[in-house]
Formats: sequence, C-alpha cells, structure tokens
Amino acid sequence: MKNKLKVLRAQHSYTQEDLADIIGVSRQTINAIEKEKFDPSLPTAFRISKLFKLPIEAIFHFEES
Amino acid sequence: MKKERKKNLYNLAIWTWTWVATLAIATFGPKYIWDDHTVLTALAVSVNFVHGILMIVANRKVFNDFDELQRKIHLESLALTLGLAVVVGLSYSLLEVTNLIANNAEISYLIIFIGLTYLILVTINTRRYA
Repeated sequence: MKNKLKVLRAQHSYTQEDLADIIGVSRQTINAIEKEKFDPSLPTAFRISKLFKLPIEAIFHFEES
Repeated sequence: MKKERKKNLYNLAIWTWTWVATLAIATFGPKYIWDDHTVLTALAVSVNFVHGILMIVANRKVFNDFDELQRKIHLESLALTLGLAVVVGLSYSLLEVTNLIANNAEISYLIIFIGLTYLILVTINTRRYA
C-alpha cells in the first residue's frame, strides 16, 4: 500500500517519534509504514487520518500486488 | 504509554530473575543447602512454580502492550519457534531412542534451542521492518 505519511509528517514538522507518540504506536512502526514495508491497521489509519484532517484515501492508496 | 511499557518490561525482568533464582535454589538446594529435606524441596519447587506463573502473566502484559507491528514481529517469531521446537525436539528425542546419539536427550538443550531461536528470529524480523 502506497502512502503520503512521510510528506504529511514533514509538512506538519513532526518527527517520527512525535507522530508515534500521538498515534500511540512505536517509532519503528511509523518508519515501517513510511517505507511501505508494513500496512497499518484500520484504527491506526483512522488516527492518522484524523490527525492530518484528511480522508484515509487521501493518505493511503491501495494497489493490488 | 511509554511509561506503562517500561513498567511492564521492568516487572517482566524482575519476575524472570526471581524465577531463575528460585529454579537454581530448587535445583541445588536439596544437595547443598538442606540435605534432601522433602518438605523444603517441595516448598522450593512450589515457590519456583508460582514465580514461573507470575513471569508468564508479566510476559502476557508486555505482549498485550505491544503495538501492531511489534505484535506481528513477535507472533511470526513465536510461530516459527514453536514449529522448530516441536520438530527439532522430536528429532532429538528420536536420535536418543534409536541410539544414534550416546548421551541422554536433555530437555535443557531444547530450552536453550528455543530461547536462541526466538531471539534470532525476533532480531531478523525486526530488521526486516527497519
């Protein structure tokens, strides 16, 4: 799954650690999501969407592998 | 959240060390401390068992506090470790039964194998997502 998390995080001047603390996951998880090595759960995707005030589909793009 | 995680890890470390210490006492106590006194040996084994249960409860708390990625990493590692422990354990036992090895199949070797396998797999899986 492609995502714009790194761009959005940079736009809001959050570090990975800041974002991890706000979302309630580890910094490693944020890093893995940004590198598209790990797809977040639905609750985590909703928390990210709520934080950046954007719909989920504006942040995450599903691609059939 | 981080505070809670640290507290849970600290509790797990405490219970693991007390379990190891009580295991050592229950193992060597009968021979070196209380001269095979049955009641004291039974007491030492019971205390060790209770500490083992408390260690498991503490480990469960740590596991439940993991986030989704950490849980995935540990679940994958646990699944592989469990499979390998069953297969390697039974093969090892079979080697003894069929007299292909001279020594007795010691459970301690299997425990060491399980511990090292889990540690290596968690390290590999953590690197996969780094």
